[in-house]
Amino acid sequence: MRQILIIAAKELRDGLRNRWVVATTGLLAALALTLAFLGAAPTGSVNVDPLAVTIVSLSSLTIFLVPLIALLLSYDAIVGEVDRGTMALLLTYPVARWQVVLGKFAGHLCILGFATVAGYGIAGLALQLTGSGDPGAWAAFAAMIGSSVLLGGVFIAIGYLISTLVRDRGTAGGIAIGVWLLFVLLYDMALLGVLVADQGRTLTASTLNVLLLLNPADAYRLLNLAGSQAVSGFAGVAGLGASTGLGAAALLGALLAWIVLPLTAAMALFTRRQV
Amino acid sequence: MSAETVQLLGVSRRYGHQVAVNAVDLTLRAGECIGLVGHNGAGKSTLMKLMLGLIRPSEGSVRVFGEDPAAGAAARARRELGYLPENVALHPSMTGAETLAFYARLKRQPVAANAALLERAGIAQAAHRRVGTYSKGMRQRLGLAQALLGNPRALLLDEPTSGLDPALRQHFYEIIGELRRNGTMVLLSSHALAELEGQVDRVVVMNQGRKVADGSIADLRRLAAIRPRIRLHLPMAPRAVVNGADPWAGWAAAPGGAMELSCAEDELSGVLRGLPATARDIEILRPSLDELYAAFQTGAA
Repeated sequence: MRQILIIAAKELRDGLRNRWVVATTGLLAALALTLAFLGAAPTGSVNVDPLAVTIVSLSSLTIFLVPLIALLLSYDAIVGEVDRGTMALLLTYPVARWQVVLGKFAGHLCILGFATVAGYGIAGLALQLTGSGDPGAWAAFAAMIGSSVLLGGVFIAIGYLISTLVRDRGTAGGIAIGVWLLFVLLYDMALLGVLVADQGRTLTASTLNVLLLLNPADAYRLLNLAGSQAVSGFAGVAGLGASTGLGAAALLGALLAWIVLPLTAAMALFTRRQV
Repeated sequence: MSAETVQLLGVSRRYGHQVAVNAVDLTLRAGECIGLVGHNGAGKSTLMKLMLGLIRPSEGSVRVFGEDPAAGAAARARRELGYLPENVALHPSMTGAETLAFYARLKRQPVAANAALLERAGIAQAAHRRVGTYSKGMRQRLGLAQALLGNPRALLLDEPTSGLDPALRQHFYEIIGELRRNGTMVLLSSHALAELEGQVDRVVVMNQGRKVADGSIADLRRLAAIRPRIRLHLPMAPRAVVNGADPWAGWAAAPGGAMELSCAEDELSGVLRGLPATARDIEILRPSLDELYAAFQTGAA
């Protein structure tokens, strides 16, 4: 445990020093503030809570941005250190390889978690202070932030798996971009295409459920857009979420599994890797 | 606790078809200072990585303090080991003091003792600068400080002095000398045998993954069987002997009017005693360490 914390603290300090923390927090805060004020404008005099609308737009932003940030943070974590030669020295210390992976994961998750909580929190507070926030929507807002961190964790874990699989940093970066494109863009497009082509003849609702859980970005989307009554009213795809019958527990479970499985695989592979 | 700090039995390590280390038996004992010599790619670094448990042998067994260093439970053995990799890589964004503190915590050593260590390695004045701004010599000093954390009982130094200026090299050997007096086993690799003279108790010569020689430098000379030569000047050329034994039989003329005789090591003192009082500038020429090394590398010995 001690060794994991030492490594996590080092990653965190690296993140502070190379401005990762500042840059991501700033980016997320700026985008969240923009969405909060511009995105809430069309609600106008209709009796709609701006915070709820912000949740919808922010979670759509998160699906694109947070996985990208997480993959950029993590793809280099193992292969980069092996490449630079710092890993060989680290592993001669009394620290197990799984502790190295877990420590780095904890550190990177802290960086991403801080950026998300601070960045989105600023937007939420700003809405509240301008007097347009509904206290009732705060629970959904907090859940959105929490699940965003979870989504980041998923892609950090996937990034580590990539990082332990390949021998070259460039390859790791390329695969990371590919993974991002696949989960964030291509998967949904393909799913939509299949649904349209199939016209509901062979694809049952339960098959669709499984397909949605197989993509962590979709699990996150459903969790946030269908999770709260106040929110689901304005989300375009909310109807889908409501009809899938996937509970919040199943969606959270899917996200957690998407963290645990790649991370475990990364540890197992790294233990056998030659440094 | 056995005196064998490191024991390798029939260790081979293959990378695909390439054999990096081939059937090496090697025992390193506590308090010894051993030089590991060989060309680039002779298997020196691979041998160290095997001892550190970074890689596993394809065949044979590696024991460090009686444990398998590649086993997960080798944490105890690793706390007793110090390692300085070839071209040590450190995190450029951390300062020297932070780097050392990070490694000290991992080794469960008090961070408070680091200042003395930085002082000893000679980088105390640069401790609060980022490692990215360090010169090669300073990185190497910091690397040595890191290897010395927690007074390890065994130190593995991979080409610690390559690329260092002579003054720094001297400083390195002073520190190594101190450690050896305190009973630490020091294994240091180099590709120059000459550099190790007077610094090590024993030399292990590697060639293409095989151990080709193991012993003190004097042992190596004997093994290489390159005969010493005696060279001297005489005030006048020796007269030809008509009858009786010629005292200068076997001597040959050398450049500059000198005489030279090649003989076996155990004949040396006898020959010297038989020299006339008029002999001047008597020199005993032994093969240089470079010649010795070349003899082992070409397989002459």
